[in-house]
Formats: sequence, structure tokens, C-alpha cells
Amino acid sequence: MKRLSLIVMTTIIFMASPLWAAFNTYEFEDPEKKERFGKLINELRCTVCQNQTIADSNADLAKDLRDKVYVMVQEGQNEEQIKTFLVDRFSDFVLYRPPVNRSTYLLWIGPFVLLIIAFIFLLVQIRKRNQTVSTVIDPQQHARIETLLSQQAKDNKDD
Amino acid sequence: MKLRALLPLLAFIVLVIFLAIGLTRDPKKITSPLIDKAAPAFRLPSVADPSKFVSSEDFKGKVVIFNVWASWCVACREEHPLLVKFSKTSQTPIYGLNYKDERSDALRWLQAFGNPYVVSAFDLKGTVGIDWGVYGVPETFIIDKKGIIRFKQIGPVTPEILNQEMIPLIAKLEQES
Repeated sequence: MKRLSLIVMTTIIFMASPLWAAFNTYEFEDPEKKERFGKLINELRCTVCQNQTIADSNADLAKDLRDKVYVMVQEGQNEEQIKTFLVDRFSDFVLYRPPVNRSTYLLWIGPFVLLIIAFIFLLVQIRKRNQTVSTVIDPQQHARIETLLSQQAKDNKDD
Repeated sequence: MKLRALLPLLAFIVLVIFLAIGLTRDPKKITSPLIDKAAPAFRLPSVADPSKFVSSEDFKGKVVIFNVWASWCVACREEHPLLVKFSKTSQTPIYGLNYKDERSDALRWLQAFGNPYVVSAFDLKGTVGIDWGVYGVPETFIIDKKGIIRFKQIGPVTPEILNQEMIPLIAKLEQES
């Protein structure tokens, strides 16, 4: 009985997953089209609920966009054509993976620039540290170190 | 040495400035790529009479306002009195796109709150909406005489936007041939 209820529960949870729901209403004869559809709806942003893909979102617009993508995929349009269609209407914002263009250079190159800056900073720091270590001690300081050390050795013995 | 101690603070200030700029921007406002492009063509039955059609051809040679609305849209109610008032004083025609609505609800809404539209197109499935890049009703477009989209407002039109942006733009567009 316990096992049965576990199975039922798992099934219900699985069926209730929104991704499953989004996918299930669309039927494909061609597995390649199904794959293209799945890939696209997981890469397109729902402009109403901005942090969800149109596959995740339950918003009305997301559903309409899924329908639109479905129709376009069935018509045999390729990924590029479908994306261009949506970008022409909703701007680059619909793409979860922003394209490389003038307004996104900073976004794409920025992290690498920061990495290079950090690397240069690190190199400079390491070189500086090495320099301090190799500094020569003059004989006077050396003598003082010797006295201090022997003093301490004596103190330790006294304890 | 002193300057170096200030570096983290400077970095922090720069970060705060960037975040502050970010806060003032509304992520819902996406610049429409349709600005300065030809208005997408459409042909839909009108809300009032299913046997009559509204199409983008009707906009030809005129400066028009194209307003996307729905009876279920709360923000539309907010801007509606402004549109009604504008339609009474201005020569510029307002065309409506009734977006994903029930015909009876839409008609009742127009009866209750007034009808500023020359005619409203009935976009039950929202396909024309997608073509126009509509994602947050209400949306308002201004289309010039050549059928080019020159302005888009996402969200309700406020008196400031109407008086400071839309009316001056319409006046300018009327001068164009």
C-alpha cells in the first residue's frame, strides 16, 4: 500500500511539472522537429515574466509564443529564421543567449578583460613579494638578529 | 600607499554607481525593434461588426494612433479616459486592437467607458499582437503617413507622455508629406 501511494505520488509530481505540460500538448511526427522545438522554447525568453523561458512560463503570451514557434517549426523553418522573426518583433531581449553586437561587446568581452586585469595584478604582486624576500640585510641588522636570537635561546634555557 | 588603501572603497563606489543606474531603469521597457520600421500588415474583423474588416491599409496616408487594449486589462482602464478625451479634441484617429478578448466583454467595456476608437480590430488569438511585438497591454503606437511606426508606449499613456511626447510628435509627423 505504501509503495503504491509512493508510485502514485511520484507520477502526479512528474505529470504536474510545467515543462512536461508545455511539451505534451504539441505533437510531432518528425523527431528532428520535436528536438528543434524543444531547444527553441528553452532558449527564448518570455517578455512578460522576464526570468522564465517560454517553456517554463504559464503566461498567456508564453503559450502564444510556443504556439507560434510550433507552427513555424512545422512549416519547416530553421532555428535562425524563427529567432530572427521573434527578435524583429521583441528585440534581442527574447534570446537567453544574447548575440555578439555593439551593445553587447562589454557583456561578452568584459569578463575576459577583468580576468586579464586580475592576472596582471597578481603578476605584479608576486614579483613585488619576491623582491622583498631577496632584499639583502646589512651587517649591522644581521648582528642585531644574532644577538636577539641568542638572547631568546638563553631565555628559553632559563625557563 | 594611502591610495592603495582607498582602492576597495573606489571599486565599491563604482559598483554602487552602476547599481544605482540599474535601479532607475525599468526592465519591462524594452526598446521596440519595430520603431522606424514599417507597421506589420494585418486584416481582422472589427469588434463591433464581425462582417466588417479592419486592416493596416486603413492607416495609409494618415498619422494614426494604434492602441492595444482589452477588457481584462486593468491598466487599460487607467489610460482610457485620457484616450476618450483626446479623441474628442484631436483630429488624429485612434485605431484599436482588441487583444485576446471576448467580443461581448469588449463591447460592454466600450459602452461603459466610452469609445475613443474609429474602429477596433478583434484579435482573439493574439496573432496580430505577436506580429506587433505586443507583450504588455496596453501598448500604444504612432504610425506616420508612410506607414512607419514612429513611437511606442508600453503600459498606460499618462497625461505627461501624451502632452510632452505624443502630441508634439504627431504635430511634427503631420508636417511631413
